[in-house]
Amino acid sequence: MSDLTQLGVRAIRDGVAGGEFSAREVAEACNAAVAEAGALNAFIVTTPERALEAADRADSARSAGETLGPLAGVPIGMKDLFATRGVQTTAASHILEGFVPQYESTVSQRLWDAGAGMLGKLNLDQFAMGSSNETSYFGNVSSPWRRAGSNAALAPGGSSGGSSAAIAARLCPAATGTDTGGSIRQPAAITGICGIKPTYGRCSRWGIVAFASSLDQAGAMARSVEDCAIMLEAMAGFDPKDSTSIDMPVPGWTKALDASLAGKRVGIPREYRMDGTDAAIVASWDQGIAWLKDAGAEIVDISLPHTNYALPAYYIIAPAEASSNLARYDGVRYGLRDLPAGANLQDMYAATRAAGFGEEVKRRVLIGTYVLSAGYYDAYYTQAMKVRTLVARDFIDAWARCDVILAPSTPNAAFALGEKLADPLAMYLNDVFSVPASLAGLPAMSVPAGLDEAGLPLGLQLIGQPFDEQGVLDAALAIEQRAGFTAKPERWW
Amino acid sequence: MMSTYRIHGATGEWEVVIGLEVHAQVTSNAKLFSGAATAFGAEPNAQVSLVDAAMPGMLPVLNRECIRQAVRTGMAIEAQINRWSRFDRKNYFYADLPQGYQISQLYHPLVGEGSLAIEADEKAGIAEDKLIGIERIHVEQDAGKLMHDQHPTMSYVDLNRSGVALMEIVSRPDMASPAEAGAYLRKLRAILRYVGSCDGNMEEGSMRADVNVSVRKAGEPLGTRTETKNVNSVRFVMQAIEHEARRQVEVLEDGGRIVQETRLFDPGSGTTRSMRSKEDAHDYRYFPDPDLLPLELDQAFLDECRASLPELPDAKRRRYESELGLSSYNAAVLTAEVETARWFEALLLASATAQGKPPAELAKQAANWLISELFGALNKAGHALEDSPVTPERGAELLALVGKGTISGSIAKQVLETMLETGDAPAAIVEREGLVQESDTGAIEAAVDEVLAANPEKLAEYRGGKDKLFGFFVGQVMRAMSGKANPQVINEVLKRRLG
Repeated sequence: MSDLTQLGVRAIRDGVAGGEFSAREVAEACNAAVAEAGALNAFIVTTPERALEAADRADSARSAGETLGPLAGVPIGMKDLFATRGVQTTAASHILEGFVPQYESTVSQRLWDAGAGMLGKLNLDQFAMGSSNETSYFGNVSSPWRRAGSNAALAPGGSSGGSSAAIAARLCPAATGTDTGGSIRQPAAITGICGIKPTYGRCSRWGIVAFASSLDQAGAMARSVEDCAIMLEAMAGFDPKDSTSIDMPVPGWTKALDASLAGKRVGIPREYRMDGTDAAIVASWDQGIAWLKDAGAEIVDISLPHTNYALPAYYIIAPAEASSNLARYDGVRYGLRDLPAGANLQDMYAATRAAGFGEEVKRRVLIGTYVLSAGYYDAYYTQAMKVRTLVARDFIDAWARCDVILAPSTPNAAFALGEKLADPLAMYLNDVFSVPASLAGLPAMSVPAGLDEAGLPLGLQLIGQPFDEQGVLDAALAIEQRAGFTAKPERWW
Repeated sequence: MMSTYRIHGATGEWEVVIGLEVHAQVTSNAKLFSGAATAFGAEPNAQVSLVDAAMPGMLPVLNRECIRQAVRTGMAIEAQINRWSRFDRKNYFYADLPQGYQISQLYHPLVGEGSLAIEADEKAGIAEDKLIGIERIHVEQDAGKLMHDQHPTMSYVDLNRSGVALMEIVSRPDMASPAEAGAYLRKLRAILRYVGSCDGNMEEGSMRADVNVSVRKAGEPLGTRTETKNVNSVRFVMQAIEHEARRQVEVLEDGGRIVQETRLFDPGSGTTRSMRSKEDAHDYRYFPDPDLLPLELDQAFLDECRASLPELPDAKRRRYESELGLSSYNAAVLTAEVETARWFEALLLASATAQGKPPAELAKQAANWLISELFGALNKAGHALEDSPVTPERGAELLALVGKGTISGSIAKQVLETMLETGDAPAAIVEREGLVQESDTGAIEAAVDEVLAANPEKLAEYRGGKDKLFGFFVGQVMRAMSGKANPQVINEVLKRRLG
């Protein structure tokens, strides 16, 4: 029997359903891989028993001849931003260390209902704030990838860096991610896997620890486009508990997957040709254009004129919302409480939040508090919201000329741990290609396109029209088929 | 006409300018953004959902019923209803505020400009009817409650109120005396109760007022105002205004200036004291709540809100006068509180059925009985109308007995008292106690003759021109017949005998 950890979602599901192997065998293989991969620090908590329970359910359902769910027998990783009943949920923060929810997030519940099992809670940047996974209170995740001829530890991207590392290292076939400004696409790109963020509102935010409510969106990460489609189909759907959830049926994306792009127009935004982008990234983008042309698409030059303003606007809006969303972590009802001797209520807040939040979280709470303050609100927040409208309008104008947009996912391949930590602006610039689609609430995906000269993965990004996840997945599939990306990190852990 | 209320200071007379922000708890089974219950008096933290406790990842979902109630309230004060409104977060830290922000409506409130009429009340110094402007009504969450008396060194938090829906009803600074403010509050409370959007129980905290007061010399621009927070009775609001206006006049006349500040009212002393000044006021960092979509109301929703509005006090009062022929005083008394009007209308309907007459013909009798008999008797027995042991139907039976001449009005009083004590039906009481009115002319003639024979001097005086003694003879006859004689028949017989 082949190594079950090498299999993807579809292969595991079909193998279990077809009796080639049992779900328990898969869960055991993945549990073992997870247990051996401590050096990656991809998981904050492991839950092997949960994976086994779900596997046993799938196996007995199969022997009883019952209909199996679309993810029956598939063990997955759960980003530790999703509340999981009875399992510690921390958002990789000290302030929520030891917090065990009595409720299950809508998205994770849907996955369990589809038959998936949980291997554990995946590490991330603290409160999903970061692009390198270095802001986690539980230590950084290491990418399984290394530059050719180097032992330097690389960042797995962020904030869904535990997810990307675990999938790239074959600890799990798929995982959940969340994307606020690129937190699915950027880590997927630099670890050589696929990651899709659907249209804002497709996935319920209920039970996901909030970072920036108007931007946060759950999505799927896996090693193939089809596996992402299967995962996302299980995750998406209307939820009356989330007022921003969209009351629309979830299409059968997986079944409809079609890599033939005849009649499709692919937009190439000229503003994304930015100074400071790696030559390898530019080259892979050009290669992607050629592949899509080969798939039958018409390539059109488009303009997204407000692209340059998207990143600054994002770094006002997201911290503004975060400063308010994180106010609930105050030491009063749950989580960390730091109550120095003789402290009053204000002292307790200050001590708790000083001890409970990491530097990056504090930085964003301070920025957010500042931009919402009397006298600054109009200059920053109101202005940023206007920019957001203009960025969204750029895309609306573009859809008159094209059906889907092709762009790089990131301006560079994986960087070394510590490389950008001291320079927040350099770190923030990693989101430059992913943030515009987030501001506009559009579905977007990163798909592996190849390796750079150091042997590190590069990703290409597809951005689609609202609710056209299908268009994004189809174009990504066309690239996947042509890129033939089979590289995987050499095991060192 | 301007109010004549003035503060008499050392340097002359000062006018008072008053605006009220009333927080009214929306009558609804569930909270504004969570499914938790809202009943008063539950065990601490028994009505708290995950949303109310602001657990990680919890999201607000708007309760349409709360919006419906606020819209109906807006319609009742003839206000503009904004078909597009939005919720904002008001950010501040406090232990009774789990989210660290209150969801409110700063920039785009649900209800815009409206107004409310207060009636002339000479005794209170309100010379004529006056329209008080209402700037807006917005909907927001209430906070929880801190309990400082449960532990020597710690405070406890009760989140039962956390997330309960409030309407904040903001008046224009159109009131010029404590009496006007009192009248405004009572009228507003009456309207809320008519509409059914708030129970108006100030002592339970479901209605409370922030009182804005400033003073000025006649003709001068508005002075700096202070805001006295969370005053929870009409009387306290009037006291707070009185005290605050006098305090401001004293400060100004002593050469000081008024600082814009938040003050607290102390019901014990009837005074206000400073809580915090504007300088150290919070910066609430309001911004649109990204968890909620803008609230858009469609025509069908608005139509339903309007169709479900009851007849409101002003309209009802006018109808009582024009259709039922009630005096304006009686109409005002009967419509001032929705419970009274409901009781009266039930009484009238039951009376019409019992006596087979149109309501308009019975309205005066019913109104007079309710106001001068029932209110007094309930008061004496320590009951409110809401918990009256006598139902409108029983009241109608009693009035029917009087109407048919079975008992006299004075016997009816006696029967009512027994009804209040025993809860028995009036007919049964009359029967049991032998109170049926004597209308038999023969028996009354005999009693009249006896009375006249027993009082020869009075008879002579009457005949000598002392007309007033007629009443004396009526009373004597009535007494001789234990109050059961039909007074009309007594009158007729007496007139014949004396005439």
